Amino acid sequence: MDFNDTPAEAAFRAEVRAWLAANAPGHVIPQGVALDDTEEVVRGKAWQRAVYDGGYAGITFPKALGGRGGTGVEAVVYAEEEAQYHLPKGPYVGIGLGMAINVIAKHGNDEQRARFIDATLKGDLTWCQLFSEPSAGSDLANLRTKAVREGDHWIVNGQKVWSSWAHRTDWGILVVRTDPSVPKHKGLSFFVVDMKSPGVDIRPIRQISGASDFNETFLTDVRIPDSNRIGALGEGWACCMTVLMGERLGASGRGSVVEPLIDYAASTPGANSGTALDSGGARLSLAQALAEERGGKWFEARLRTMVSRGENPGALAGMVKLAYATRLQKTNGLAMELRGLDAIAPSEGDATTRAIHHDYIWSTVMRIAGGADEVLKNQIAERVLGMPGDVRMDKNVPFEDLKG
Amino acid sequence: MNFDLSDEQKMLGEQARALLAERSPFDHLRKLIDTGAEWDEPLWRELGAMGFLGANIPEAFGGLGMSALDLGVISEALGRASAAVPFLSSIVLCADAIHLAGSEAQKAKWLPGLASGEVVGCFASAEGPGPLFATRAVLDGGKLNGVKTPVADAEIAQVAVVLVKGESFALVELDQPGVTRTKLDSFDQLRAHYRLEFASAAAEAMPGQRMLATLFDRAAVQGAFEATGAADACLHMARDYALDRQIFGRSLASYQAIKHKLADLAVQVELARSNAYYGGWASDEALGELPAAAAAARLTGLAAFETGARENLQVHGGIGYTQEANCHFYYRRERMMAVALGGRDYWADRLIAHTIARAA
Repeated sequence: MDFNDTPAEAAFRAEVRAWLAANAPGHVIPQGVALDDTEEVVRGKAWQRAVYDGGYAGITFPKALGGRGGTGVEAVVYAEEEAQYHLPKGPYVGIGLGMAINVIAKHGNDEQRARFIDATLKGDLTWCQLFSEPSAGSDLANLRTKAVREGDHWIVNGQKVWSSWAHRTDWGILVVRTDPSVPKHKGLSFFVVDMKSPGVDIRPIRQISGASDFNETFLTDVRIPDSNRIGALGEGWACCMTVLMGERLGASGRGSVVEPLIDYAASTPGANSGTALDSGGARLSLAQALAEERGGKWFEARLRTMVSRGENPGALAGMVKLAYATRLQKTNGLAMELRGLDAIAPSEGDATTRAIHHDYIWSTVMRIAGGADEVLKNQIAERVLGMPGDVRMDKNVPFEDLKG
Repeated sequence: MNFDLSDEQKMLGEQARALLAERSPFDHLRKLIDTGAEWDEPLWRELGAMGFLGANIPEAFGGLGMSALDLGVISEALGRASAAVPFLSSIVLCADAIHLAGSEAQKAKWLPGLASGEVVGCFASAEGPGPLFATRAVLDGGKLNGVKTPVADAEIAQVAVVLVKGESFALVELDQPGVTRTKLDSFDQLRAHYRLEFASAAAEAMPGQRMLATLFDRAAVQGAFEATGAADACLHMARDYALDRQIFGRSLASYQAIKHKLADLAVQVELARSNAYYGGWASDEALGELPAAAAAARLTGLAAFETGARENLQVHGGIGYTQEANCHFYYRRERMMAVALGGRDYWADRLIAHTIARAA
């Protein structure tokens, strides 16, 4: 067991650090500065271009396809160092780099690779994800958006939802039903779609947070050339799995959630005297959460060690997110109780309490998106513990014969 | 970065596991309870002969001079087996206290015997209900007076490290007229506990001062390994039972109520294991990190074991309530472990204090 970098890792870290010190400061968005969405995407693209020019775009992506051809550990080292700067790195670049280029590389043809991958690595192309639908969330394969062939084009009709940044991105990765006469997983195909195509109607969703990060995307007689189909007909589900694998294994450089809440309790007056952190109950709950958070951090270190050896952590990776999301909700909720009435209507200028409001609301997204708690628990039970799969009423039934 | 056990450590764990699976199966534990045995003496001798007991004791004093992480691998195997041996008393507490606070002469006298298993030691701190770290017992002019209760493994031990007034340690040989041992009704049927009364018993002061917190930090890490092993055993026992059991025409393991319960437990076990690894590493490599690392390992280890012990029995249903089933070994051991090294409030305070101190 060794927490120090190997000589090769240390050399890479030093190189990254020096490069960032020379290049990142000009792209930093100062804390507290809110850009409008269009401006944020412009800045995000500019930073990605700088990363590309520096040779750090697509670190684990094959060299032959324009990536760096590096290791998983190098990606982690880079992410850790880059996280020292507050840079414009939203889903508008993340979906392209973490999802679109992976699926195009694995399932696309040479022409598609040449057309999309380098442009995405350069930051010239941004992407959104058109997967979920109103009746297809955790049960994604239940999706109803359909594509019907017309000559060398497909005519797409349906509704997608939770498409982050669809209103400001250039292209979308899209999964649709091309054959309703076979069981649901088998009748899906995968496309890339130009978001400026006629018939694409993007409407922001008004979220409980007050913001509108997500959209509904209505597709009405949208024409997509067959040359924009990724993979074979019926290969859509395999493409989705490639995409979701990237979502689970994304390298995170996030800091502690619980430690700032301990500070917050320590700066909140107690019921009688002292601070809120003097309460035994508060200390117990916060310490337990902190202990679990630390366990999660070292668990991630174990998973990275697996990745660095070329092993696939599989469903183990879901444990990190499952524990994180639950803890985010629990601890921010607790912090509000410790604060008292002031937590539900904070004094002017109390940015900390506002941040806690944000995290408490956002924790609901974390528990649902990228594998809902219940889906992750099923995966852990089935793939880690070897327990049986759930009973599936729709197994082997043609999609068009399913009820509801 | 390489955050995993080494191949040698994995092999050590496998050896310990294999030995315990063979020598200490559940039917053997049941027999020990039925015959009123104090402990599994033959197993203890064998653990000593294999070098497991002296793993973390310096070579100069008869041990193997291996790391705390190596000892942790053994602790995990012992927890998994719910073995009836005085490992926590004799190795993790008594020998480590002598190692940390004893004089060279005391180390030379006691550590080789403790390492080989020929000598058993125990550790006495509580004085009845209330704090674990009680210090009404007094060592004065080589004479020890006071009462310590409960003390695990006191009957089979030849030597005790006793916490006394001034938060220092006294070293006492137990086979002497000034020491009275009274057996108590122990909740864990495989760990005997005693009331120890000292009436002007001959005792030596141990020179090392202010070692109590460090001793318990190091012990908490070993306890966390033990708890992780036990929790993992509970997880797999419950999983295996559920896979085998048919209910309403299908496998009990196919119900989400069971799958999700065990998935949650699996997460707790992995968080606990990760904190235990870090605590084992910090015990030797990062002493400044040890208090927070030990507290975190303790809190997650015991939480995982608590869930494991309870939900394993629950998944078994009625059969779990029988002596014939094996859930009860863990159900009782878990409560013993939960209080043996201090309650969760002690460790919560320690984690928070050291987190704030580091930030300041």
